[in-house]
Amino acid sequence: MRVATATADPMAPRLARVRRRRRDGPDVWTLDIETEEADGLLFAPGQFNMLTAFGVGEVPISFSGDPAEPSRLVHTIRAVGPVSTALARLGPGEPIGLRGPFGAGWPMAEAAGRDVMIVTGGLGLAPVRPVLYCLLAERERYGHIVLLHGARSPNDILFRRELEMWLRRHEIDIEVTVDHAISDWRGHVGVVTTLIPRAAFDPRHAIALVCGPEVMMRFVITGLRDAGVADDAIYLSMERNMKCAIGSCGHCQFGTVFVCRDGPVFRYDRVSQLLALKEI
Amino acid sequence: METAQPTVLTTEGLEGLLGALRRRGYRVVGPTIRDQAIIYDDIASITDLPQGWTDTQEGGSYRLARRENDALFGYAVGPHSWKKFLHPPVLRLWRAERDAGGRRIVPEPDPDERFAFIGVRACDLHAIAIQDKVFLQSTQVDPHYRARREDAFIVAVNCAVAGGTCFCVSMNTGPKAEAGFDLALTEMLGEEEHRFLVEAGTDAGCAILAELPHNSPATTDDLCAATAIVARTAGSMGREMRSDDMHELLLRNLSHSRWDEVAKRCLTCGNCTMVCPTCFCTSVEESSDLAGVETSRSRRWDSCFTMDFSYIHGGSVRSTVRSRYRQWMTHKLATWFDQFGTSGCVGCGRCITWCPVGIDITEEVNAIREIEPQ
Repeated sequence: MRVATATADPMAPRLARVRRRRRDGPDVWTLDIETEEADGLLFAPGQFNMLTAFGVGEVPISFSGDPAEPSRLVHTIRAVGPVSTALARLGPGEPIGLRGPFGAGWPMAEAAGRDVMIVTGGLGLAPVRPVLYCLLAERERYGHIVLLHGARSPNDILFRRELEMWLRRHEIDIEVTVDHAISDWRGHVGVVTTLIPRAAFDPRHAIALVCGPEVMMRFVITGLRDAGVADDAIYLSMERNMKCAIGSCGHCQFGTVFVCRDGPVFRYDRVSQLLALKEI
Repeated sequence: METAQPTVLTTEGLEGLLGALRRRGYRVVGPTIRDQAIIYDDIASITDLPQGWTDTQEGGSYRLARRENDALFGYAVGPHSWKKFLHPPVLRLWRAERDAGGRRIVPEPDPDERFAFIGVRACDLHAIAIQDKVFLQSTQVDPHYRARREDAFIVAVNCAVAGGTCFCVSMNTGPKAEAGFDLALTEMLGEEEHRFLVEAGTDAGCAILAELPHNSPATTDDLCAATAIVARTAGSMGREMRSDDMHELLLRNLSHSRWDEVAKRCLTCGNCTMVCPTCFCTSVEESSDLAGVETSRSRRWDSCFTMDFSYIHGGSVRSTVRSRYRQWMTHKLATWFDQFGTSGCVGCGRCITWCPVGIDITEEVNAIREIEPQ
């Protein structure tokens, strides 16, 4: 195992190959990717790669796999634009371009000894799944672990079988809510913020990790603060347009910071003033 | 560095300098007239320089005019900046070829030319130093910029006239070239003389100066005359802007009503970002042959004034004109300090001149300062 060294041109991808592809939702696909280096690519939860579909383009995609398995690089992709659609169509054996890992990830060291409250919306569960793998690998190091997840509909619940497996093991509390239920849905209906007051965690000693659409994160942060979580104990993962991932294309600026380099994970109190404004 | 005494060159000596640079293998580029503007392009001799021309600049207006004398550098900066050579508008980054193993990624080779820039003004020396911070002294070194920048030979010119939109004095970036050049010229034009005071800034500058014909040591009178020329330019700036408080001023006024007001005028054309010598933002483009055998990626100048610039799934983060103008100006004058430890503005005035509706960055800053909500 080795940490990736920068190539001569940080904008040139390395060649990688899709090993496995599986469906994780109506328009969501998860790719297992292997690089030419047999020992893989070390990454931290919350980091991302720039993935290239040759001839189509490149987009930032978070790691969604287990950091303890660096030779299996897992990325979960929603096919929404030309590049993500082309990536999601790549089958086993097909070449894919890869640059990374990039960015500052989730504060794993800060979580030790505390309750961990994770709130995700939609595809926002994918960048947090590496956190869950790490927490579960050393379960005794943490207090209560709660995952609150919101999905559009029961069919859109990401990694559903894995969530059910974790639920059966009683190692973490998992609550899932959907915006639109179907007849056989027995769970919660409504926005994910409604689950926060009922969750079993100690807000004063918890760390909270939030990932989802920006509007959802704004409401979740309000809910967490109302529950008593301190601003400096809340972390969120920001999404912005990115072309380079090395702080030189300018696209991902959020006030003073580059989301690609200084984030994508930020402590809430450090970005709260800018988050309160529109269109920064 | 060897210490070289300031020297005086004749116009023949200046021609000799261009020849010496060419003999050393430099691609010599400098100001020349094209499409009724003074732009930067290849120059074969000093006859390609805009001799006897000047420019008249105002908000949204640029016109060439005849001078009463034969000055070679008697004008301010035009629509081009040196970034078009160091940070090309379109640049292929790499190619990928399909082969038996899948794909083979072929890096783009370094360019086989090195530049000599003739007539770099003080504001643009600062602009180059700012882009050095962005591309060479930041998170990652940009090898494409480095390959063009490292061996560049810079001949600066101290400004003898200030343009109507110039404000380098406000930004502490001119009009005298203080650093970042190999040679710096001051054009001295009298009734019977046409000479250049030359100062060397590097060993490379000293070496080339030593071999030029028509060169003689500068006298005290020459030095005084050159100082007076720059002082006169400094005293005739077209614009003025207080710059010591920009960072805090703008960051505490992100909700100021002036952003709405400027949004009524701004066309979001992006001209200001294209002519700005420090704006560095880029996008990438993928292309492919019809069979998909060879694909490539190019980098292209981009502008924060477009909707695409901030697009993420669901829409653009900055969909209003107000937010896009605010992003550009606060980046240039405020958040640039946080990111790169320097202002992103050098006071060259290009964004004012080339704005089709004449939006004036100095006026906008002053307006925000004058009516600050309590």
